[in-house]
Amino acid sequence: MAPTVAGSKPARSLSLAIAGSGGAGVMTAGNMLLEAAARAGLYGLMVRISGPQIRGGEAGALLRFAPQPVESLDDHFDVLIALDWQGVHRLAPEIPLGPHSLIIVDSAQGTPPEAYVRGAARCVELAMKNLSKSVPGSWPNMIALGIAAALLGLPAEAVDAVVKKSLKETSSGSVAASLAAVAAGRAAASDIGASFTLARSAQSAPRWLITGNEAAGLGAIRGGVRFVAAYPITPATEILEWMAPALAQVGGLLVQAEDELASINMVIGASYGGVPALTATAGPGLSLMTEALGLAVAAEVPVVVVDVMRGGPSTGIPAKTEQSDIAIALNGLHGDAPRVVLAPNSIADCIVTTQWAVHLAESLQVPVIVLSDQFMGQSCAVIDASPAVTFTGARLSAAAGTENYRRYADHASGVSPMAIPGTAGLAYTADGLEHDEFGIPSSQAADHHAQLAKRSRKLALADYGPLWADVEGDGDIAVITLGSSTGPVREAVAAARSRGVPARMISIRLLAPPRPAEFASALDGARRVLVVEQNGGAQLYRYLRSQYDMPGDVRSLARPGPLAIRPSEVCRALTQWGNA
Amino acid sequence: MNRARSAAVLEAPAAKDFKSSYKPIWCPGCGDFSVLSSLTKALAMLGLRPENVAVVSGIGCSSRIPAYTTCYGFHGVHGRALATAAGLKLARPELTVVVTGGDGDGYSIGGNHFLHACRRNVDLTYVVMDNHVYGMTKGQPSPTTEPDWDSKLAPGGTGLRTFHPLVIALAAGANFVARTFSGDPNGTADIIAQAIRTPGFSFVEVLSPCVTYRPEQREWKKAVRPAPVAQTDDPARAVRRIMTDDGFNIGVLYSGARKPFQPPIGAGKATAADLERDFAL
Repeated sequence: MAPTVAGSKPARSLSLAIAGSGGAGVMTAGNMLLEAAARAGLYGLMVRISGPQIRGGEAGALLRFAPQPVESLDDHFDVLIALDWQGVHRLAPEIPLGPHSLIIVDSAQGTPPEAYVRGAARCVELAMKNLSKSVPGSWPNMIALGIAAALLGLPAEAVDAVVKKSLKETSSGSVAASLAAVAAGRAAASDIGASFTLARSAQSAPRWLITGNEAAGLGAIRGGVRFVAAYPITPATEILEWMAPALAQVGGLLVQAEDELASINMVIGASYGGVPALTATAGPGLSLMTEALGLAVAAEVPVVVVDVMRGGPSTGIPAKTEQSDIAIALNGLHGDAPRVVLAPNSIADCIVTTQWAVHLAESLQVPVIVLSDQFMGQSCAVIDASPAVTFTGARLSAAAGTENYRRYADHASGVSPMAIPGTAGLAYTADGLEHDEFGIPSSQAADHHAQLAKRSRKLALADYGPLWADVEGDGDIAVITLGSSTGPVREAVAAARSRGVPARMISIRLLAPPRPAEFASALDGARRVLVVEQNGGAQLYRYLRSQYDMPGDVRSLARPGPLAIRPSEVCRALTQWGNA
Repeated sequence: MNRARSAAVLEAPAAKDFKSSYKPIWCPGCGDFSVLSSLTKALAMLGLRPENVAVVSGIGCSSRIPAYTTCYGFHGVHGRALATAAGLKLARPELTVVVTGGDGDGYSIGGNHFLHACRRNVDLTYVVMDNHVYGMTKGQPSPTTEPDWDSKLAPGGTGLRTFHPLVIALAAGANFVARTFSGDPNGTADIIAQAIRTPGFSFVEVLSPCVTYRPEQREWKKAVRPAPVAQTDDPARAVRRIMTDDGFNIGVLYSGARKPFQPPIGAGKATAADLERDFAL
């Protein structure tokens, strides 16, 4: 979007990046800007990017603000504020600039790398370091915060309140200096001659500032999870760090396990004991957990695994995003092993989908894999406060005194009452061996067939309701997607529609078990399908082709991570096709 | 259900009330029959009720024990029994949790969990039936197999030094370490009972012969003897004794007083709504 003169038509959204070397305070300034904008009535999203170094290296806070909830990055950044350029050239692919973009540079910190200047409209000089020197005890990142807040037209009170709140905990001496630096930055911004004021929506309901990983943790606790065992892994660790104290407060417990094999088996043990349990991991951990997930399928023990996907295979790109664990989540267990696989499609939805995962695991006595990803997990968004949701139906437990108790009784629903240890007269052995209705190991064909059918039937017969997918519009071209690709796809579909391309969006939240009837109804009237996902192997596309009937012309837009899928690349595919 | 001999709720369960009617798959003469008897005897001695006891195992001949009892059982994946049991005990501290398994399950595929179970010191009792062989897969060397034991998989022997589970348990922090012999079911029952009574992670290594693949282990009954020294609470002394004995001293070799790992569960009274305040602007 082009800079506008204040007072002209407000922009739809503003994308602003703050970059610099690690330790320059890029993330601090970004976090404060996001919170100040939120207090001023804007929605926003902040994506953190950095090099592989633990400390130091280059860092970027990628922010986007709008009057409506923000779920994706835009095609270009309107503004890049560079505190310095040390290593920042490596971030260029993640900070695309267009002909109308503005770069704010401090010439004392060197000249901007060619990768940024190429195609950018103009560079504006601001001596941020010198300005901060004029305010003793302040840092250039607070100057940058003042500049960014001014460009966005944020009221000074909103920014100052956040500075006071954020720095109070560290050192009170720095608050005054920082406030002065922010004011200096604000004043300096008036020389730039650009404004990006956004319309602000009236705030009817409370709003939250939350990351996808925190959201998943909250959803888990809302769903009733009271036991977590897990092993630290990027980019899932924040789920655990948020849940450890949170669980203690609600009467639960988090244990750090020795590895992911222990994590998954610990949560299976806790859940067998009657306590709803969850573990969180990333691709390498999910790989290690697959054997025990098969045990949870066979022994019918409810567990939830949140997989915050990152670049793979192997160690891959740990701190960057990719939707490439779809195939392992859907197919990664040996034997015929029906499981539930869910994909939250926004940071806010990480709350609802994880809660739903716990509900489905408990009510269907099955492992549920939740496919989040680094983009949602480690990004922070302003969202509408998430109202408490109630799912009806809990774990079916067997009552003491049940005559002739059969743990794996072959009921029509496929769900059989589970005896909780401590219940007299109902003791049984949960077993990874195939078993009869009593749980006694059996290698008989009849028992194997009956139990396989039971475990498959309970998932097929369950009522998943409207949460199975978000279906928006009814155009001739259906764009099917999942997870964090939903944000850019939603924007692309809206843009394509405004250009006369008849498009609809289907964001699938329930990947497994497949829902043929609902899927057919969502595709009703569509003649063309575009499947959009962020991996190189077209994992979702291939799964859909294997499970569903789809109309004649089906195309795949599958691109590996770690770069965010941009609305324009989806829109381009749609408009080319739509006008063909 | 694990078919009990009587469906009625028992007043004071005897050893036989802890045995299910499910017939073990073991070979005639297997030491594990005696260990099963010792375990059920110990549970009866302690006055426990089957529904308040969980027996957790991995994979292998001895790991079949859970279903042979009338307790709650969990027969999980190979090598992970200690993790499953820790999760269960931490989530349900009021249950008595016993873990059973063999040398392959516990010292090879499950070796890492063995170390961390000792270190973590959750209140579990781990009974390992050590016969120095993989029996279920028909005779391959395990970590405790002698280096020159000839087998199809390792002709002429592995040439590898044997694993020393008791020393490793002590080094890793186990709170109770004992060695028993399946041919002495009463002595084994006493020690298992003592292990269950002792808070924290209790490790009981039972020499339990495999008469099918290691028939020479029938001679173990001649080699075993009560440990000539009293039990100690000094791990360094215990380690010295264990490292210098011939592997046939039986008895409680170490009993400490380390506090079990059991963070509170069920104590916090906050609700999810209370936690949500973290996120409000």
